[in-house]
Amino acid sequence: MLKQIEGSKAVAEAVALCRPEVICAYPISPQTHIVEALGEMVKSQRLSPCEYINVESEFAAMSVSIGASAAGARAYTATASQGLLFMTEAVYNAAGLGLPIVMTVANRAIGAPINIWNDHSDSLSQRDSGWMQLFAENNQEAVDLHIQAFRLAEELSMPIMVCMDGYILTHAFERVDIPSQEEVDAYLPPFEPRQVLDPSEPITIGAMVGPEAFMEVKYLAHAKQMQAIERIPELASEFRSVFGRENGGLVRTYRVEDAETVIVAMGSVIGTIKDVVDEMRDEGHRIGVLTIVSYRPFPLEQVRSALLHCKRFLVLEKSLAVGMGGILATDVRMAVTGAGLMGYTAIAGLGGRPIFKSQLHPLFRQAEKEELPPVTFLDLDWEAVNRQLERERQTRRSGPVAENILHDKGIVSAKFG
Amino acid sequence: MGFQPIKFYQTGTYTVGNRLLSPDQRSVQADEARSNSINSGHRACQGCGEALGARYAIDAAMAESHGQLIAVNATGCLEVFSTPYPESSWQVPWIHSVFGNAPAVATGIAAAMKVKGRTDVRVVAQGGDGGTTDIGFGCLSGMFERNDDVLYICYDNEAYMNTGVQRSSATPPAARTATTMPVGPEPGNPFGQGKNLPEIAMAHGIPYVATATVADLRDLEYKVRRAMRMHGARYIHLFVPCPLGWGTASHDTIRIARLAKESGLFPVFEAEHGEVTSVLKIRRKVGVEEYLLPQKRFAHLFGSHPHPEMVSRIQEIAERNIRKYGLLDEEAA
Repeated sequence: MLKQIEGSKAVAEAVALCRPEVICAYPISPQTHIVEALGEMVKSQRLSPCEYINVESEFAAMSVSIGASAAGARAYTATASQGLLFMTEAVYNAAGLGLPIVMTVANRAIGAPINIWNDHSDSLSQRDSGWMQLFAENNQEAVDLHIQAFRLAEELSMPIMVCMDGYILTHAFERVDIPSQEEVDAYLPPFEPRQVLDPSEPITIGAMVGPEAFMEVKYLAHAKQMQAIERIPELASEFRSVFGRENGGLVRTYRVEDAETVIVAMGSVIGTIKDVVDEMRDEGHRIGVLTIVSYRPFPLEQVRSALLHCKRFLVLEKSLAVGMGGILATDVRMAVTGAGLMGYTAIAGLGGRPIFKSQLHPLFRQAEKEELPPVTFLDLDWEAVNRQLERERQTRRSGPVAENILHDKGIVSAKFG
Repeated sequence: MGFQPIKFYQTGTYTVGNRLLSPDQRSVQADEARSNSINSGHRACQGCGEALGARYAIDAAMAESHGQLIAVNATGCLEVFSTPYPESSWQVPWIHSVFGNAPAVATGIAAAMKVKGRTDVRVVAQGGDGGTTDIGFGCLSGMFERNDDVLYICYDNEAYMNTGVQRSSATPPAARTATTMPVGPEPGNPFGQGKNLPEIAMAHGIPYVATATVADLRDLEYKVRRAMRMHGARYIHLFVPCPLGWGTASHDTIRIARLAKESGLFPVFEAEHGEVTSVLKIRRKVGVEEYLLPQKRFAHLFGSHPHPEMVSRIQEIAERNIRKYGLLDEEAA
């Protein structure tokens, strides 16, 4: 059913249609609206049977999910940013135990300085945790990815994060087609666990494993993700046949056929990039877009074949590997090893800094002319940065960095509110 | 419990002995009906109080739940010695996740059982004092506060034994641990409040809180079974001496546990909804020296450079417990 609906509400509807049995909720912006909506559905018994648990921390949210999943219940939770970091130990544990938990990550920056706005630092910090990570471009895709995520997670018995940009998607009202219960039931069978805590058939889960078997267990997690490389496109195509929509998959290309320059990105910024590419195409530029939907598993071959015929690519990412450059860019470069392409990285939109078409036009043109440095910081205020660097050269006790920058810029955070 | 053909007294225990009890009241080590939830062959140290306590606690929980039990374990000695892959001592469905989340994992299992209509399946979570009073405290308090249907058992051996005897918030004053060495003017663990988990549990107003020691296994079994007959969050704090960490003889585990109770240092009681409902009285009061002396972790209080003032302070703690809980008959009167 078509609805004009907030992204978080739409995701809550989608999750409810997946018949979760245990939902753990701990508030952290910007995912709160999702669990709030689910809480109301459970309390009003619209979503039943389902246990909704208000836990005392994100660490508990993931831990309760682990217990529920190990006991054979379909478990769901949502988090972001500091919350994801706070639950990290349990995040790795869920993957290590092979428990098919689905978690929405409403992508948000990581402090300090504390910042509630969108970038991809949070989920990318968990890239090696063993969780799969699927990135939504818009709210329709966020809805569809959740439904696919439960199916894929349970098939492989591995957990999945569905990543959607905080505020930009979670709080945006868009037209979203919410599927019917019949459609979702036809696509998503009941959870049949691979391992379950059952008194009639006692098993030990989470034993101590030494050097003699640890590598094999870890490799099997990798093997699961390699299986996911096969299954993700199949599940997306099956999804299309049931729901009549194309969403998900490993990667998506846009106007890359004869492109000499390809912009690579994830998440909602793809919309802005596509608009810029359309405008540049109108002017005769041979430019296209590669969208990474599946960040983990990372589709090396698909990325390679999508980029192989271009001359250069620019990875635009909302994340920063401090001391190195790009996080996503590193993976993309790995995919095109030996292909002789020029590769550029643009770090953009950290902590919710808006990414405007007016900034992308010159950036893409510079990339086209191969005039970019290997790593670019889009819209970085060099004056503010240099002033702080100079201050640190002049004074030992130069004070807290974030407060100095805010002072220099003459703005207060309230202006963003 | 089944009939036990061999009858014995536990010498010096003041217990009446099995042969004077009717068969259904007898505590038996080996019995066909016993579930042996933690089977033999695990790798606990000789004289491990935790292994003994867990065996009695989980078997009692199994009996009371008619075998419909799921156990959760925090990281720690019990987890490590019972499940060195590919071996497992556990005859019950058992899960270990991480160090600090056993109460939350148990909550998840209880929620799964509820949603599936399996109200017959009961959940027990267990951890050492580190996993309970320190790193797992947040999750434990959350589980209590929500009154989740979980029995949590803390095996308290008063330090992080699994990692090599480091101090926890359950380590008693003056005790030597690897991080509170017996050096300097005030050797061992500093005197302070520590963290009294049974009282903190009671402050949550949960249906049942009890303490017990491995010196009185029948009392432990009774408390576990009593707890298992209730629903909601329940907490049992079990005193389990650790020969390795405490520097005691393996054959002294029971005796040391008994002295902890008889000296008043470890009050044994039950509480419901935040109020004490029964205490196990001291049978023959002993001074704290009698408890401290056999333990190498307190050796620096005695010998050539003794600290009688510290022993007196420990005695004061015992006296306060005795007054507070009415552990002596005349006190209660």
